[in-house]
Amino acid sequence: MSDWPLLSLVIFMPLVGALFILMIRGDDAIVARNAKFVALWTTLGNFILSIPLWAGFDTQDAGFQFVERYAWLSDSITYHVGIDGISMLFIILSTFLMPICILASWDSIKTRVKEYMIAFLVMETTMIGVFSSLDFVLFYLFFEGGLIPMFLIIGIWGGANRIYATFKFFLYTLLGSVLMLLAIMAMFFEAGTTDIPTLIAHGFDPSLQNWLWLAFLASFAVKVPMWPVHTWLPDAHVEAPTAGSVILAAVLLKMGAYGFLRFSIPMLPDATVYFTPLIFTLSVIAVIYASLVALMQEDMKKLVAYSSVAHMGFVTIGIFTFTQQGIEGGIFQMLSHGLISGALFLCVGIVYDRMHTRQIASYGGLVHRMPRYAAFFMIFTLANVGLPGTSGFVGEFLVLVGVFQVNTWVALLATTGIILSAGYALWLYRRVIFGVLDKAELKSILDLTPREVAILAPLLGAVVFFGVYPQPLLEVMHVSVENLITQHQAALEIARSVLVAGK
Amino acid sequence: MPQAPVPDILPALPEIWLAIAAMLLLMVGAFRGNGSTRMVSWLAVVAVAIAFVLVLSGSKETGTTFAGMFVVDSFSTFAKELILVGTAATLVMSMDYIRREGMERFEFPVLILLATIGMMMMVSANDLISLYVGIELQSLALYVIAAFKRDTLKSTEAGLKYFVLGALSSGMLLYGASLIYGFTGSTNFEAIGALYTQAGQEPSIGLIVGLVFLISGLAFKVSAVPFHMWTPDVYEGASTPATAFFAIAPKVAAMTLLVRVLITPFFGAVDDWQQIITLIAILSMGYGAFAALRQTNIKRLMAYSSIGHMGFALVGLAAGTEQGVQSVLIYLLIYLVMNIGAFAAILTMRVKGQMVEGIDDLAGLGRNNPMLALVLAILFFSLAGIPPLAGFFGKFYVFLAAIDAQLYTLAVLGVLSSVVGAYYYLRIIKVMYFDEPAESFERPIGREMTLILGASTLFTAFFVVFPGPFLAWTQQAAAALLP
Repeated sequence: MSDWPLLSLVIFMPLVGALFILMIRGDDAIVARNAKFVALWTTLGNFILSIPLWAGFDTQDAGFQFVERYAWLSDSITYHVGIDGISMLFIILSTFLMPICILASWDSIKTRVKEYMIAFLVMETTMIGVFSSLDFVLFYLFFEGGLIPMFLIIGIWGGANRIYATFKFFLYTLLGSVLMLLAIMAMFFEAGTTDIPTLIAHGFDPSLQNWLWLAFLASFAVKVPMWPVHTWLPDAHVEAPTAGSVILAAVLLKMGAYGFLRFSIPMLPDATVYFTPLIFTLSVIAVIYASLVALMQEDMKKLVAYSSVAHMGFVTIGIFTFTQQGIEGGIFQMLSHGLISGALFLCVGIVYDRMHTRQIASYGGLVHRMPRYAAFFMIFTLANVGLPGTSGFVGEFLVLVGVFQVNTWVALLATTGIILSAGYALWLYRRVIFGVLDKAELKSILDLTPREVAILAPLLGAVVFFGVYPQPLLEVMHVSVENLITQHQAALEIARSVLVAGK
Repeated sequence: MPQAPVPDILPALPEIWLAIAAMLLLMVGAFRGNGSTRMVSWLAVVAVAIAFVLVLSGSKETGTTFAGMFVVDSFSTFAKELILVGTAATLVMSMDYIRREGMERFEFPVLILLATIGMMMMVSANDLISLYVGIELQSLALYVIAAFKRDTLKSTEAGLKYFVLGALSSGMLLYGASLIYGFTGSTNFEAIGALYTQAGQEPSIGLIVGLVFLISGLAFKVSAVPFHMWTPDVYEGASTPATAFFAIAPKVAAMTLLVRVLITPFFGAVDDWQQIITLIAILSMGYGAFAALRQTNIKRLMAYSSIGHMGFALVGLAAGTEQGVQSVLIYLLIYLVMNIGAFAAILTMRVKGQMVEGIDDLAGLGRNNPMLALVLAILFFSLAGIPPLAGFFGKFYVFLAAIDAQLYTLAVLGVLSSVVGAYYYLRIIKVMYFDEPAESFERPIGREMTLILGASTLFTAFFVVFPGPFLAWTQQAAAALLP
């Protein structure tokens, strides 16, 4: 098995599927049907193909596994991929969610199905590529390349205000990332390579670190998104088609936080410590502000979008504690948020497909007509709040444990975010599901179809399973996180001793 | 005085061959009349192909001839190959157009060949005089090509405007050249360059003034801000194949000439010209990005786009290093291919027998003609510099060179203007994919067009997979130029 370039296969298999779809010719209806099936089988196949990545993963090895390296632009800029305990789970998350997204779009996408499926498959390649790149230029390639399919997904199949939203999404992200590109170049000349493991070991000059760190922040903060550069997210989420929202919330947002973990913290430890108060401040503002804004939303998707901003605030707080619990909690929270927010967007999409409105006020009393839907929606809502027994609880709890050791004030303020999240999530649930079913249009609304159950059930299973038994996930990331913290501490020690010697 | 030896003509064989071919084709045209235009065009393509083979098979060693006025090295070989590819593509693209638009006259391909000879002279110039001769040969042919659609007011205006402003720039260039000669006593690039290698030699102020004039004249040819004023009007007014030609080959020729002039004779004065080039680059990138935002005519938009792209290429030159020169060459290679593709697509924009040029005419192309829309989307995303397409690597290498030379401000302003520029390329994609369909274009688009579009799109999309040979090739070319 080890001879197979398994990781590259997982990265590029969706592209092969996209090529197949591109070649489908014939009558529109047949093309659409075939495109859907090719996309579904490709993504399912890719998910199955990615399972050996987890099964064959050595949880005791802190280094990179499944490594492949080929010559590319030059000797020092190579095609270098590999995974460790941090990135592996995100790849599984991506491959796991893709078939669900394809299924979720099965009936709701009626126009230009072929192009839609191609865009999603290309998207999958770029997502997996981001998490497996071990070369900075390669990372950037996937990181930016993902903008193209997302731009088209929002712009073509989005809602009424889609063009504004997709331009905002594209230009915001691009603006952040071009600055990171310059930082990558500066690192290249400093270290002579863009190989990520080498850069981690390099030890950059502290005076340079702050500039590089800020350039990274420009890119990752937009992607996370952190307050105050989060404004593209509600727009993009509201206008994107359901599956687009799922991918945005579940995977694309994680790229920013992943960037902090992979680049900012290990490569620029001094600057990271220097800027930690800034991150804490921005994250606390994000948690509280976004939660308050979510309380006042009248659009269901916007509400979930703001709750994403708040939850990503937890993630960044956790990551920047530099404690074992905090970082593991942050990563766990990302995975869990990927499942939960994805599920919530799917839930919104399900009623949107029936009623074509996302206004909370247009709904009410759905429990009477849609008991199964109400049950699913309830569990995901509670998971979003962080109810013990769901994966949401594990992530938030670990983050708070981590941050209590570092800064009690931040912990205190972040905890208020949990209370607020209970407020907006439960209130949303009450307004949509409970109450009297008095709206004429809702009288004939149908409960979940088997397809929709098939979409939500795996997510539900994962949310509950990892909520009760988080060990499989934590075990995978444990050694890598430990290694990250040790490297971080060691780099700080070196910098400190240099400083002392200098004096 | 000893008798002048017969010069070695072998290095200049491609140019000589093209000159003979151009004159022969002129004869063919003159005797066979305008009905033979298509044949003359194809013969011109064949002549260009033969010239390409001659360039390729020429000596790999650096050599000069005609008393040091003409140089052949890997750098000039590379530039000539680009120019010849651009010329051949233009000739093929123009055939259908000139027949349909009633401008099928055999002089068109012949003039393009003459301009090409001028460009090849430019990139091989090793002396201020041969530089000027090359530029004039190119420019005079181009003036006529701009005004070739003589029945329309716009085309005539374009030709006249181009001529008047071009003459002005030639004047500046000549004035600069004479100042340089006056203060150095030589017109030969190497002889001028030798002045700087003497340690501690401060260039005299007169020489710097001459250099500034020379740069101004050349900046006009690459249409860099603030010498860009002619570009939008000429691009819009000239017939579309002529516009395509302007955007492709002369840009490569003028840019490589500028690189050679600044690197070979004036390498010692890097500190003096670096700030000029930096300023021109910033202005071009910024102006190209902002002025294109509100354009509605796609040819005008391409004009501003080319101003911006030349700004990006100048970023590499501003670095003043071998890596910088290499990055300019990579940029030009990718720019050339992308523009060939983009203009081929523009040439297929035809509704009910009429050429259309509005960006709005592209509306709904994603539904009417998905393949053409896909091709255009790839090309425009690439022009915007979005990875993993070729355009990204062009920008990547010029900014890499700028960062290496510690031109941080230039790099930051450059990437910011590329974000602004991305907006207007995205707008075209938006029109094609998000808007309701307008009238669909005529099909089929012709086998030659399909071939050109396909080849340029494949290059743009798959450069990421096979960058190796191109990088090695440009590196060799850049190494030949630097001491």
